[in-house]
Amino acid sequence: MQQYILRRLFLFIPTLVLVSVLIFTMLRIVPGDPVLLILAGPDGEGAFTREEYETMKERLGFNDPLYVQYFRWTYGMVTLDWGRSLETNERVTDIFKRRYPVTLQLALLSFLVISTIGIPIGVLAAVKQDTWVDYVFRGFAILGLAMPTFWLALLILLALSLWFNWIPPLEFVNLWEDPRTSITQLIFPAVALGLSAQGTTMRMTRSQLLEVMREDYVRTARAKGLAERLVIFRHAIRNSVLPVLTILGLLLGALLGGTIVIEIVFNIPGLGRPVINAVGSLDQPVLQVIVVAFTLIFLVLNLLVDIAYALLDPRIRYS
Amino acid sequence: MTTVAESPGLAELRPKRTYLQNFARFLREKPLGTLGLGIMLAFVIMALLSPYFVPKDILETNPRTILQSPSAEAWFGTDQFGRDLFSRTLYGSRISMMVGFAVLFMGTTLGAILAIITTYIGGKVDLLTQRVVDAMMAIPTLVLALTIMSVLGASLFNLVLAISVATLPNALRTVRSVVLSIKATQYVDSARATGCTSLRIMAYHVAPNCMAPYLVIASVALGGAILSEASLSFLGAGAPEQTVTWGSLLSRDKLQYFALAPWMAIFPGLFLTALVFGINVFGDALRDVLDPRLRGSR
Repeated sequence: MQQYILRRLFLFIPTLVLVSVLIFTMLRIVPGDPVLLILAGPDGEGAFTREEYETMKERLGFNDPLYVQYFRWTYGMVTLDWGRSLETNERVTDIFKRRYPVTLQLALLSFLVISTIGIPIGVLAAVKQDTWVDYVFRGFAILGLAMPTFWLALLILLALSLWFNWIPPLEFVNLWEDPRTSITQLIFPAVALGLSAQGTTMRMTRSQLLEVMREDYVRTARAKGLAERLVIFRHAIRNSVLPVLTILGLLLGALLGGTIVIEIVFNIPGLGRPVINAVGSLDQPVLQVIVVAFTLIFLVLNLLVDIAYALLDPRIRYS
Repeated sequence: MTTVAESPGLAELRPKRTYLQNFARFLREKPLGTLGLGIMLAFVIMALLSPYFVPKDILETNPRTILQSPSAEAWFGTDQFGRDLFSRTLYGSRISMMVGFAVLFMGTTLGAILAIITTYIGGKVDLLTQRVVDAMMAIPTLVLALTIMSVLGASLFNLVLAISVATLPNALRTVRSVVLSIKATQYVDSARATGCTSLRIMAYHVAPNCMAPYLVIASVALGGAILSEASLSFLGAGAPEQTVTWGSLLSRDKLQYFALAPWMAIFPGLFLTALVFGINVFGDALRDVLDPRLRGSR
């Protein structure tokens, strides 16, 4: 098992290198000139001399050959020196430290929402297959999949503000400072994200459970007179949970993308805002780091899912 | 020597049906799928005809009718410039659907073709492609599309390109698994033995057998592309400002108006959801009919 984990971690390297090369080249072939962007300011009216332009370019290292720039950047990534934002001159490490926990907390909370909604209604729909319960929940799931995440979030926000006078808080509290307030602040955004992503999980749970229910051992369990409840909880659910786990793991990666949208709607100080700003102003250092960070998180989550697989299913042994 | 096709028993195993008969069967057996197909057709017709029957000019601003709630005059209300939202919502279907279908061709179809070629060739080509696909799939879709948009700048073509690139790896991966199993079949072996070129085998033996899974992922991708367009436009990294799409009608710089005029947010989203709902339902039915192996793969 340890060997397996090590080998998987080792396989991260080529993927990460490829992602970093992809992102790096993509951001270097941009037609816009970041140096010009900094000097001229956001409205493009700042005045500067040719000399200032050249020194700035030299200072930021844009005169070096591309591979030198690439290696300097990757070296910085590894040594946790992520450079400074071209726009605000803030250290990217600081931006990340301040904002990342918020995004992660939002993602994990909505993950919780998805699991607590998606799996039970998936089970219920499978057990009550082809009754109105099944139809209602399936319709609910498909509807969730058809709605854009941000639109559902907008509707929830509108409903909350029009009927309950709830508006998103202006200041967000850190989880470790005041856990209760922090969670209540993020619960509505998390529900919005969770509701819109719950459909995949629900459908997966349902179809897996239906498949397992046709197995011989389930028939045997019924034949020996086991109560239906026990058949489902002891025999069926346990065996259908694994593929659902895969979906949940992959979903967490997608959730990180979804958080960007939700953070914009609810005005949450996570990584969403800097991503959008960096996209608008071609802030390479910020964008590069965040994309690579998201990728790394996604890879780690996938590995965790695979490890959980092995722990939950004794038939799977990684060597 | 009797060939397989001539031997009497086998021909009856699978009754021959014409496409029309198959289609009629689909309509009969999959009411929900038929509903989805109906919704899709309705939207296509609406998109095609909207320039001719849209009641008001979509760009005409009117300072006296700013942020009016829905009425007999303006069915879906008006926006912050007094423009008629009913007309704009109808018209918005054009670009949104065009982006969806364009992504279908540039992302899914290209991905499928690449999958057929690289997987059939196999070896290092396949390995290399798969590593690149790994890398692309490891970047969250929205983040990837956002980055590409920031690099290319806002234009309709770039929007299609960005979403296509983000869609392509998924199609490549799915079709690859199908091609792998086709490659191992005896009919491919016998085609090679009779001297078919690789190109011929790919075009006449591999590609047609990839059709079913292709159609299924295509229906998923169509809905996904329309949703991606909306998300990107919402974030301000989508279609250029003056283009009317469902996403741009809901874009984030209108957030401040939505609390005053909820109809601005509700109607375009409702149309979008209805269309994607139709596509998804149709896609599910298609999957049930065409490819039982992919059931529950989403």
